[in-house]
Amino acid sequence: MTINWSDYTPADFYYDELYSSTGNPRKPARRLVAYLKSLRDEEIEQRRQAAEATIREMGVTFTVYTEEGNIDRAWPFDIIPRTIAKKQWDKTAAGLKQRLQALNLFIDDLYHDQKILKDGIVPDYIIKQSKNFRPECVGVSPPFGVWAHICGTDLVRDKDGEFYVLEDNLRVPSGVAYMLENRAITKRVLPDLFEKIHIEPINDYCERLFDMLTSLSPRKVKQPVVVVLTPGIYNSAYFEHAFLAQQMGAELVEGSDLVVQDDCVFMKTVAGLERVDVIYRRIDDTFLDPEVFNPESVLGVPGLMRAWRAGNVGLANAPGAGVADDKVVYAYVPQIIRYYLDQDPIVPNVETFLCFDDKQREYVLANLDKLVVKPANESGGYGMLIGPHATKKERAEFAELIKANPRNYIAQPTLALSTAPTLIGNNLEPRHLDLRPFILQSSDIYVTTGGLTRVAMRKGSLVVNSSQGGGSKDTWVVDTEVNY
Amino acid sequence: MLSKVAERIYWTARYLERVENTARLVAVYTNLLLDLPKGVNLGWYNLVRLSCLEDSFMERYKVQDERNVVKFLLADEKNPVSVVSSLNMLRENLRTTRDVVPVETWELINELSIFVSENSTKAQSRGQRHDCLEGIIRGCQRINGLLYGTMTHDEAWDFLRLGRNLERADMTTRLLDAGCAAILQTESHDGAVNARQIIWGNVLRSVGGEQSYRRKLRSAVQGSDVARYLLEDPQFPRTIRHCLAAIADSAAKLPRCEPVTKAIKDFQGKVFKNVDYDNLGEPMREYLNEVQVELGQLHAVFVRQWFNY
Repeated sequence: MTINWSDYTPADFYYDELYSSTGNPRKPARRLVAYLKSLRDEEIEQRRQAAEATIREMGVTFTVYTEEGNIDRAWPFDIIPRTIAKKQWDKTAAGLKQRLQALNLFIDDLYHDQKILKDGIVPDYIIKQSKNFRPECVGVSPPFGVWAHICGTDLVRDKDGEFYVLEDNLRVPSGVAYMLENRAITKRVLPDLFEKIHIEPINDYCERLFDMLTSLSPRKVKQPVVVVLTPGIYNSAYFEHAFLAQQMGAELVEGSDLVVQDDCVFMKTVAGLERVDVIYRRIDDTFLDPEVFNPESVLGVPGLMRAWRAGNVGLANAPGAGVADDKVVYAYVPQIIRYYLDQDPIVPNVETFLCFDDKQREYVLANLDKLVVKPANESGGYGMLIGPHATKKERAEFAELIKANPRNYIAQPTLALSTAPTLIGNNLEPRHLDLRPFILQSSDIYVTTGGLTRVAMRKGSLVVNSSQGGGSKDTWVVDTEVNY
Repeated sequence: MLSKVAERIYWTARYLERVENTARLVAVYTNLLLDLPKGVNLGWYNLVRLSCLEDSFMERYKVQDERNVVKFLLADEKNPVSVVSSLNMLRENLRTTRDVVPVETWELINELSIFVSENSTKAQSRGQRHDCLEGIIRGCQRINGLLYGTMTHDEAWDFLRLGRNLERADMTTRLLDAGCAAILQTESHDGAVNARQIIWGNVLRSVGGEQSYRRKLRSAVQGSDVARYLLEDPQFPRTIRHCLAAIADSAAKLPRCEPVTKAIKDFQGKVFKNVDYDNLGEPMREYLNEVQVELGQLHAVFVRQWFNY
């Protein structure tokens, strides 16, 4: 078997990221493909093995929960990068900034005057039946009016080659460490390419994250104390929590390391208690503070909400930000952008049907075999129905779920998720993928260059989640206007 | 520095030291068996006794032979202080404190873990044992070298140093104890005089101290000299005196250290009084056991003062 770059054929009906047609690479991918073509199969195999060894040595892992316990798996990685033209990326980045700005104005409004509900732009059942609206946050004014400081937005490319937003993750989005590690691995295994191609760097993320976090410090001191709050080693994203803390030089803490005294947060150190200014929390709202939320939580810190409401500690993301991380709210984002910013959305949404609406629900129930149905508040790809791949029985069961709790479901057409050539054994085969860029907002707003590309490694599969057999690729934003 | 991080860093150093010394212990025993006169019967099971692990061993093994003991000490995940278990614990501790040691430490630890998981069963046969043990010891030395060469001398460094030296002191007493146990077992044998020299030579070699001993004492290897050297020499880095000095030095640099420095000082003041170097049998073994207990109490002082107040 040989890897034949000239014979690679993109699958019908899908946009391929690297090839426009059989053997014809797109402009941003041309030098990449020419280089890969120049390598013999054994060399490609060597690079692939080097990547695997690097992943093992760097200990890049993620945790999978199974019935037998938690397993650490090596990060599944495909060495062929995915390319995006810089020009297209710049436009998408502007759209992502626009979107997060509007969402933050929306969240701030919901916890204050709720003008958007009063003006009838967004129906008020969104709040009344939201799992993530926190009455405890009403009236709080976090710095810069920003609630969601870190957002991971999932983008997909449809067959027309346009990016669409699939969802916004505003609670505790993960994946950025893998984005950075993917680049580190690629630099080790394909170093020659970085001289030849104008690939936009991505390595300033951690500095931007740190700057954003320090801007939330209530004490105006030269070196505010920033900590990353993790649920602990058994969390699936623990690797990332440790990675980010290390990159920022911040302390990685668990709830048990923190105490609240006189409405201020302190950490237990070898020198005694030390004041904490900003917490990048990677645990869910409901576990943050057993005094206010889940009293059983041992992950959180009693009194944390008091300290935050008193303005004595910065929390990113702010509690309650998840109210906008809801697939029903998602459907209204275009209206939200127009309402607060008086602008047209730059990056479009995927067409979405709200099951709460009688007419739309009727359509959904009649077309379950064509649609993807998602619960409004789940993440990680759990609890959804992929209509065309489901059995009759599964569809019937799901129809009942929708009827019982229509507010909790939305439906979208099955997307023609774009593909990219992926090494499968000794062959080059198209696999579906998506893209998760990360956006940071406080006084400033910043978008990663590209993002984390996740790949559904199983043939024909559209599920890219690493917990469900997904892998990933490095993402190159390539400036084709330079030296071409 | 977070109390929890300090504690984990301290344990990281202890486990790393334990891995290296366990490999040394097995290496020295293997050599010893090759060198001793025929007919001198030295039991491998001594190594299990030295680490006070008889119960754990008996639960899973019937035969107390070389193969089982080596497997138990290197590759048995159920033995809490085997090389494999220590490395697992080391990784668990370091995984949560990667941000305070040089970045490459994690990679080197992973490399060592991979090496051990691929090679530790080979070590059960004598033919391949040397390479495996050598690989483990070198792996540990690379990590320590990296830390010496690139780690900033902050609080984390001092906690590493505390852990390293406490564990090292403990392991030195155990290596000495291994020598005493072997002496007792060969006493009645015809070649006992010859055996003694071989045994003490190997004890010195196990800590890498043969050359420095010879340069310092300029005389043949003698049990009482070796014992005194490994306990009291101020310059060789694996002696009890040296380890205690390092512990005292690092402890004094840490915040709120008074109760700890006092405990160390008390221990230093009395530890070498009344050691009977002329009798390396049971009295010496009892003495070494007391030192181990004292070291354990020192550890408890660290915990109360810094880790869990």
